[in-house]
Amino acid sequence: MLGKTAGGLYWMFRYLERAENTARLIEAGFRIALTRSTDAEAEWKSVVTTSATQAGYDAKYDSYESAHIIDYLLRDAENANSVLSVIKMARDNARLVRTALTTEVWSAVNETWMLFTEVLKSPVPEVDLPQVLSTIRQQSALVRGALLGTMLRNDTFHFCRIGTHIERADNTARIIDVKYFSLLPTTSRVGGRLDNVQWETLLRSVSAHRSFRWAVEEDFTAAGVASFLILDRRMPRSLSFCAQEIIGSLNNLAEDYGAKMPCHDLADAMGARLLNRDISSIFDEGLHEFLNALVLDAASLGQQIEQDYRFAN
Amino acid sequence: MTTDQTHFSEMQTPDGVRAPYSQYDGWFSDQDKARLSKKAREAEAFFRRTGITFNVYGDNDGEERLIPFDLVPRILSNKEWAKLSKGIDQRVCAINAFLHDIYNRQEILRAGIVPTELIAQNEAFLPEMMDFSPPGDVYTHIVGTDVVRTGEDDFFVLEDNARTPSGVSYMLENRETMLQMFPELFSKIKVQSVGNYPKHLRRSLEACAPKSASERPCVAILTPGIHNSAYFEHSFLADQMGVELVEGHDLRVVDGHIAMRTTRGYKVIDVLYRRVDDDFLDPLTFNPNSMLGVPGIMDVYRAGNITITNAPGTGVADDKAIYSYMPDIVEFYTGERAILKNVETHRCSEPQTLKYVLDNLADLVVKEVHGSGGYGMLVGPAASKRELSDFAAKLKSNPANYIAQPTLSLSTVPIFTKKGLAPRHVDLRPFALVSPSGVDITPGGLTRVALKEGSLVVNSSQGGGTKDTWVLED
Repeated sequence: MLGKTAGGLYWMFRYLERAENTARLIEAGFRIALTRSTDAEAEWKSVVTTSATQAGYDAKYDSYESAHIIDYLLRDAENANSVLSVIKMARDNARLVRTALTTEVWSAVNETWMLFTEVLKSPVPEVDLPQVLSTIRQQSALVRGALLGTMLRNDTFHFCRIGTHIERADNTARIIDVKYFSLLPTTSRVGGRLDNVQWETLLRSVSAHRSFRWAVEEDFTAAGVASFLILDRRMPRSLSFCAQEIIGSLNNLAEDYGAKMPCHDLADAMGARLLNRDISSIFDEGLHEFLNALVLDAASLGQQIEQDYRFAN
Repeated sequence: MTTDQTHFSEMQTPDGVRAPYSQYDGWFSDQDKARLSKKAREAEAFFRRTGITFNVYGDNDGEERLIPFDLVPRILSNKEWAKLSKGIDQRVCAINAFLHDIYNRQEILRAGIVPTELIAQNEAFLPEMMDFSPPGDVYTHIVGTDVVRTGEDDFFVLEDNARTPSGVSYMLENRETMLQMFPELFSKIKVQSVGNYPKHLRRSLEACAPKSASERPCVAILTPGIHNSAYFEHSFLADQMGVELVEGHDLRVVDGHIAMRTTRGYKVIDVLYRRVDDDFLDPLTFNPNSMLGVPGIMDVYRAGNITITNAPGTGVADDKAIYSYMPDIVEFYTGERAILKNVETHRCSEPQTLKYVLDNLADLVVKEVHGSGGYGMLVGPAASKRELSDFAAKLKSNPANYIAQPTLSLSTVPIFTKKGLAPRHVDLRPFALVSPSGVDITPGGLTRVALKEGSLVVNSSQGGGTKDTWVLED
C-alpha cells in the first residue's frame, strides 16, 4: 500500500470521528443550555474549549452565545474543525484513497458529504438542531457499519481503525480534562451522592449517560464517573478501550508486515499508563496532569505512526 | 419524432427506423414514458452518489459536475463497427510508425511529405525523445480517436487524441448504468461487451514493460491529484485494474528506477500510465516549476528502466496542423489508402488559404492548432457578427495558430426529453490499446452528444452529455 494511502485512510477516519464527537459536544451543550439557563454561558464556553477551537472563536465573537457557537462549530468554513470542514476533509481523503475503499464505504462518505453540504448550507435554526445532530451521528454510524461489514481485515482496515481510536482517545481525554475540576473528589464530597449536572454533561458528551447507569451499579460519584470514562474497557469511548484498540490494530499491522516499529513501543507505553490502574492512583498523580500526558501520548503516537508507515515524504 | 432532412439521423430515416435500432425501437415504444423519466432521475442520483463527476476549470473552486447521461443508446451494427475499427487500427499503427520515424530517421521529412518546419516549430515536439526507442517501439499505448458521421457510409476522423485521451471511464460506467436500469434490454438485444477494457488495458500496459521488469510488471497510474478534472477516471481505472494510483510526491528515483513510497518502503514501478501532461512530467527536463511530476524520470526513461505511457512527445502526431497530413502519413507508412476519411482542413498559415478562410468565416469551424476541450474555437454558422469579427482579428494576428474546416453536418441520435425523443448531434470516441502484440479496440466507445438543440459542440466542458454506445453482435 502507498504510504499516502495509509495516511489518507488514517486521516479520513480521524476526521469522521471528529465530526461525530463535535456533534455530541454540541448536543450536550445544547441540552444544558436548555435546562439550566443560568449556567448556559459557562457550558458553551467549555464546549468551545473542548473542541479545541477557542482561539478562532474568540477572534470572531465577543460572547458565548449559543447561536454563534452552534454556527461556528457546525458550519463555519473558517473553523477548520467545524463539522462541515472536517466532513469535507474526510471526503477529500476518501477521494484520495478511493481505490482502497469498498464501494459501500466510499458511497457512505460521499453521501454524507453531499448531505451536509446541503443541510449546512445556511444556519441551522434551533428547532432543527436535534435532527441535524442526530443525522451526523447516523451518517457516522453508516460509514462505520460499511467499514466493519465490507472491508478486508488487512492493513487498509487497520489504518482506518487506528485513525478512529487515536482521535477518540484525544477527544475523550479533552472532554474529561475540561470538566476535571468537577470530578475532583473534595473532602466534603467523597463518597457522597451528587446530583451534579456537570457529570451528566460529561457523560452525555460521550453518549454514556445511559450505559453508565447500566454498567456501574453505584450512584454518580467522582471516582465512579472518572473510572468509567478512563479505565472501563467495556465502554467504547473510554481511554482504556481506545488504547487497547490502537495496540490491537498496530499488532495486526506488525503481524501482516512481519516487523515491529518504534510506534509499537509508544503505543505500549500509552497502554501501560492505563492498564492495571485504579482511579485513586490517577487522582493521586493528578487528574489534569494524567490527562495532559495522555493527550500528548496520543499526539506523539500519531506522529510516530505517520513516520513509521511513510504517510509523507 | 420529427425527422430532420438536412442531417443524417442514425435512428430514424424518412423510410423508417434504421436496422440497428429496430429492436430498440420496438422496446422503446412499449415503455411507459413516466417510468423512463423516473429511471433517468435515478441514474443521475446514482452518478452523484458514486462520485462520477468532473471538475470544471475556472468554476467555483471545488465544484464537481455531472456529465449528463442520456438513456437512449447510440447503436452501431457489427458491420459498421468492423469498418470503423479497421480504419482506427490502420490510423493508430500509422501514428506509431510516424512517431518512431520523427524521433529517429525522419524519413517522412526527407521524402518531403510533411514539411520540416511543422515538426521543428511544434511545441509538442520533444528533442529529448530523439534517437530513442521506447520499449516495444510503442508511443501511443492508449488512443481515443474522435470520429464523426455524416451519412450512411461516411465516417470522418475529427481528431487523433494521442496524448492522454480521457473518457473511457464514462464508456464503462454508462454501460454499467444501462445494465442496471434496463437489464431486460440486454437479454433481448445482443450487445458486445465493453467490460473487459480494464483487464485489457492492464495486459496491454504490462506487455510494454521494459526489459528490466520482472515477469509480473508493476503498473501504476500517475494523476495530478484530486483536483484534476479527470480525477474520477484516474481512480476508477486504478481501481478497476488493481494498480496503485500515485502522485508525483509518492515517487522518486531509487537506484536508477522510479519507485513509489509504500508503507513497507520503496517499490519499483515498471510501467507508469501517466495522466500528467509532458510539460509537467519532469521538472529537471521540462517545466521546472512542476510539482506534479517526478524529478529525474526522463533519465530513468531514457536508460530504459521505465515505460511511460503514452510516451512523451506524442503530441506531435495529434495536433491539428499535422492532422491535415494524416491521409499521406497513413499511406506513407502502411502503403494503403486511409480507410477513414479526414475532414477537409485549411491551414491558415498559408496566405492564400488565410484569405479564403477569412472570406468564408461564417461557414467554417476554426480551431486552435493545439486547442482541446472545445475551448478557443469558432463555429461560424452559430457565431454572431461581433464574434466573427473578433475572431477574424485573432486569426490575422497569428494565422499559423489556426486551422479551418467546413461545418460538418454531424449525424444525430435521439435523446430522451420531456416531450419525447428529439434528435441531437453526436460524435464518437472509441478507445484503442496498442502493445507489441497488436492493437485492441473495445467495441463501442464514448458517444458525446450536444444536448442543446441544433448545437454541434459535444464537449462535456461546454454542456455536452454522453450516451452508452452499443455495437451489436449481429
